[in-house]
Amino acid sequence: MIHCADVHKKFGALPVLRGVELTLTPGRVTAIVGPNAAGKSTLIRCILGLTRPDRGHIHLADGRDVRMPAARAAMGYMPQLPSFPDNLSGAEVLEMLDALRPDVAPDRALLDRFKLAGHLDTPVRTLSGGTRQKLSAVIAFRYRPQLLVLDEPTAGLDPLAASVFKAAVVAARDAGATILLTTHVVAELAALADDVAFLLDGTIRFVGSVAALLRVTAAATLDDALTTLAQPAADAVPAAALTALANAGRVRLVRESCA
Amino acid sequence: MTAAAIRTPGRTSFARVIATHQSRDVLRKRWVLWYALCLVLAGDLLLRLAGSAPSALVSLLNVVLLLVPLIALILGSASLYSAREFTELLLVQPIPRRTLFIGLYLGLTLPLLVATELGIALPFAIERALDAATLPMLFMLMLISGLLVCVFTAIAFVITVRVRDRARGLGVAILVWLCLGLLYDGLVLAIATTFRDWPIERGMLGAMLLNPIDLARTILLLRLDVAALMGYTGAVFRLAFGSRTGLLLAFGVLIAWIVVPWQLGARAFDRRDF
Repeated sequence: MIHCADVHKKFGALPVLRGVELTLTPGRVTAIVGPNAAGKSTLIRCILGLTRPDRGHIHLADGRDVRMPAARAAMGYMPQLPSFPDNLSGAEVLEMLDALRPDVAPDRALLDRFKLAGHLDTPVRTLSGGTRQKLSAVIAFRYRPQLLVLDEPTAGLDPLAASVFKAAVVAARDAGATILLTTHVVAELAALADDVAFLLDGTIRFVGSVAALLRVTAAATLDDALTTLAQPAADAVPAAALTALANAGRVRLVRESCA
Repeated sequence: MTAAAIRTPGRTSFARVIATHQSRDVLRKRWVLWYALCLVLAGDLLLRLAGSAPSALVSLLNVVLLLVPLIALILGSASLYSAREFTELLLVQPIPRRTLFIGLYLGLTLPLLVATELGIALPFAIERALDAATLPMLFMLMLISGLLVCVFTAIAFVITVRVRDRARGLGVAILVWLCLGLLYDGLVLAIATTFRDWPIERGMLGAMLLNPIDLARTILLLRLDVAALMGYTGAVFRLAFGSRTGLLLAFGVLIAWIVVPWQLGARAFDRRDF
């Protein structure tokens, strides 16, 4: 579990996160969605401990702040654009990262499923974008993380690799991992996400299951539901949805006027 | 000691892991090879043209004082900027930021040290110019060059950690090199010429300490025994830095030129938002 409590972040005079409250539950895939410049990347970076919030804090279930090195032992991260030292081979990159986590026996399952072993001895700069993306996925899953942060994970993957990847996400979720996903691909959202956190202008506008999102917005498709949430007026959410809220235990709708 | 303490490597070990792999990556970069080759060719050419090893060393000194800071600053900064995304991946690993900074600093500095020292020493070994008179001077040139590598990679870290934009950061690196490598000398010369009738030698001594390249040049020229070429100022410098205490002071200041930027870079790295 990971909990973001009243997280604020400004870059210069520009407020990017404005009091984000979010709890990620173990054994569920939570997708953070929202339009460009909504603050998704900054929130992810705060959760990873890369960016320090100006106010509020982010901690694991045991209370450890995510910026503590020990807390990061529980994390796996797959960035949107994988980048490795050009002149090292994939095997050397893995060897380096293995040495930084000496207490964990590396999990080779995804490496084998991607059939990546044959590409590990060549310099990373010679690998295709898709193969680098696979290597990045292998690294994210390699140390059996309790918290997986996946930033646009299937962007460079071919359909077969994307399917292998999705299976790995589901397996990790079923094993109890907390998974945080960002994606602009609605099909991927529908296939992988259990919960959706909708971020707009630095605040969480909706948190709940995918089914609840459809119910609350009275939308037929996820596309429509997200479009409804993205509308600036608080009244964009139909009144009928508010009734649904009362019965939806997992749903929390945050309206600008109330936030 | 608990079992966990025995099993889990310490910060030093993690820093060594990062430094080893980063060094391997940097050593395989083409520009490092070209840099070392450039020094070898310059040394070999000067040995052939100068006639004697000590004269070649004096000429090589000028090449080294321009090239070493330039490479450490510009290519060091470029290398750090291109590794930024991977650095972020390393920041997500369970290691303290300071440990990562140490590993990254060593990972860039050590390969440059190897390339610099080999580039300087190889021509003298190839041309069999390692006689008793040359060896101490060559050793001093290698030592000072090594210190300059450490100084300017530390400055490269300060720039890359504090300046987020790559193009701006490289611009700052070039500006720092221009200021310390070329403009500073011109400024000092202008002051010395303008106030030549004034007793400004002490001020000039202070000015030397404010620029690591000038400080390195002064130490080397005094050690290479060509201070006479510097006239009265040379005599003042010999008085100040010629003694053991003076030499220690000069080296102390040069080491401070490593420690201060390193600390500034490390502190900025600890606090920086990635």
